[in-house]
Amino acid sequence: MQLMKFIKSLAYPSEMLPPIIEEEESHFDPETVHSSAKMGMWLFLATELLLFGGLFAAYAIFRAKYPVMFLEGSDSLDVVLGSVNTVILIFSSWTVAIAVQAIQENKIKLVQVMIWITLICATIFAINKYFEYTYKFSKGIGPGTDIFYSIYFASTGVHMLHVFIGMIVLGIILKKTYQGRYSKDNFTAIEIGGLYWHLVDLVWIYLFPLLYLA
Amino acid sequence: MTDHHDFDKNYLENGKGFKSWFFSVDHKRLGVMYLWAIGVFFVLAAIASFLIRFEHLSPGQTIVSAQTYNVLFTLHGAVMVFLFIVPGVAASFGNFLIPLMIGARDVIFPKLNLYSFWVYCAGSIILLGSLLAPVDTGWTFYTPYSIDTGTNVIMVTFGVFVLGFSSILTGINFIVTMHKLRAPGLTWDRLPLFCWAAYATSLLQVLATPVVGITLLLLIGERYFGLGFFDPAKGGDPVLFQHFFWFYSHPAVYIMILPAMGIISEVLPVFSRKPIFGYKAIAYSSLAIALISFLVWGHHMFTSGQSKLINIIFSVITFAVAVPTAIKVFNWLWTMYKGSIELSTAMLYSLAFIFLFTIGGLTGLFLGALAADVHLHDTYFVVAHMHYVMIGGTVFGLFSAIHFWYPKMWGKMFDEFKAKIAFVLIFIGFNVVFFPQFILGTQGMPRRYFNYSPEFAFLHQLSTYGTWILGVGFILMLYVLCRPTGPASANPYNSLSLEWQMPSPPPTLNFKEIPTVNDSTYAYGTKIEQEA
Repeated sequence: MQLMKFIKSLAYPSEMLPPIIEEEESHFDPETVHSSAKMGMWLFLATELLLFGGLFAAYAIFRAKYPVMFLEGSDSLDVVLGSVNTVILIFSSWTVAIAVQAIQENKIKLVQVMIWITLICATIFAINKYFEYTYKFSKGIGPGTDIFYSIYFASTGVHMLHVFIGMIVLGIILKKTYQGRYSKDNFTAIEIGGLYWHLVDLVWIYLFPLLYLA
Repeated sequence: MTDHHDFDKNYLENGKGFKSWFFSVDHKRLGVMYLWAIGVFFVLAAIASFLIRFEHLSPGQTIVSAQTYNVLFTLHGAVMVFLFIVPGVAASFGNFLIPLMIGARDVIFPKLNLYSFWVYCAGSIILLGSLLAPVDTGWTFYTPYSIDTGTNVIMVTFGVFVLGFSSILTGINFIVTMHKLRAPGLTWDRLPLFCWAAYATSLLQVLATPVVGITLLLLIGERYFGLGFFDPAKGGDPVLFQHFFWFYSHPAVYIMILPAMGIISEVLPVFSRKPIFGYKAIAYSSLAIALISFLVWGHHMFTSGQSKLINIIFSVITFAVAVPTAIKVFNWLWTMYKGSIELSTAMLYSLAFIFLFTIGGLTGLFLGALAADVHLHDTYFVVAHMHYVMIGGTVFGLFSAIHFWYPKMWGKMFDEFKAKIAFVLIFIGFNVVFFPQFILGTQGMPRRYFNYSPEFAFLHQLSTYGTWILGVGFILMLYVLCRPTGPASANPYNSLSLEWQMPSPPPTLNFKEIPTVNDSTYAYGTKIEQEA
């Protein structure tokens, strides 16, 4: 029985989402759970910053070492596509923020629309990135071409991974809004999912100027 | 789940069989499962080390080939570090004790706690799966060799990457638990010192682990996608890998040792019947160690050709770590001064901890000194230093905890006399193994070498004989612990901390009513204790 539950939880990773605790199983009062989940998420975001911190440190070191390579590499990137993606991500951060606000006013419909828009923005972001990558590959440029492209592909690649994870998280939340799981008394998951999405946005806001506008 | 029957059953009786454990969100069961898991990995890695030592019984080949030897020391290092000692005391006793000590029914995220354990299991399986093409890089995976070697580096490093998640999530869980679930009246300055140590450990886990995560991810990228960060042929820098690696792995040293220090702070006052001396100094020095540990990673690279100025700065900060560490040691000694000392097995391990850890810590200062390090770098001196800290410190602390909380964890008593014999064997064996290695190191024996000059033969053989004494000690200890002598009372050591104020083993939901804490946990031999 529990094994079936386990297999099911693998098939539906929503059950595996770490910070989301089902209220009925909790020993603790909802207020504590809510503030704790938020605190836990902030700590997790700190770890994400340190993860990207490694890449930013590598960027600083190698840019100091090879300034010309970084200028040339940066020039070869498509600033228009990069700018479009930046606007899209910032816009999607705004829609998530509206969703978090809306659920506290019990406007479920608005929450759903906003998360849908966020997911569409994320998809456009991914498609743009796909064209950027394949264009580079078609010109014979890859992660091993030189240090600048190592940085470029490693940092945007790890960021892309986070976009996908964010999409999965928001997708699960969206599914649960249709099941009527959230209300103004129970919106922890939406709030911390939103926090995660803001991080995805924030990291890109740093990556964009460092890589495209160097 | 919250019906009153759960208070009649203790956590061991609440469900039988594999599934009732492997799917349990009970922090006590998770603690016990971690304990079993790290125990199994400890034995596995210890067997590898026994083979390594056996190989050194004579110069040249004794039992295994040079390549097998390289695999053995990599396996020993990787399993000991990533599967045993990093999760180690924090995941096992941290899980078991923190909610009990702070008066909570569980950690704040019980499900996340279970997932962390599963992630740990998955990471272990991936890491050990690399044995199909065993890695020969050493546990540090230094580039450029780790990029060039034909062995399964990707699998091991990915395993370590996955294990990192377990470590981070456990750390987050503990930090939030201690912030949000302390019982009424349990202010920060009444918090048991084990919790303080676990708090500092968790901070390190949360803040350091992501850096090794990205480092290993980049290493995988170097092998798989041809990234160039650490590859000199592509303009990269192999020493950068060392910087990244030690930015995690030096704080990780304190992830390993801090929880053990917490255990010593719990055991000493109970068996000295005196309040802990310098409570605040011990508590804050844990945080100080955690902070300073982030600023010393460069002392692993004194001979790598990094800038002289950086070397001097790292050397000075390295000396600074000795200060909070010494604060702890002196406070422990003062706790015992004029106390009514009872030499129980747990106390013996704690005393051995202070003695051995002090040797390990002070020899660390030799290595932190620039001139001495040029001579001692990558010799057996480093091996001996590290093992005095890791075994003499962490493992002795863990053994102390296993004996001290045995009655609480299992509800049984063990044979103190035989356990003390095991302690004596382990203590002697350990010193016979590792003390000669200090001398070997100063004479110039390099670490990780398969062969050695004949003049080193005597000390190498002595060290190998020591492993046999140590092995007998381990087996005897295990035998004693597997044969309990009788049921334990709730509080056989008359301890004052919360976990001893409930039946042994604890009920499934720990506390029928959340207790209110009015006094220090360490009021031994004072009026408060008489009244309690």
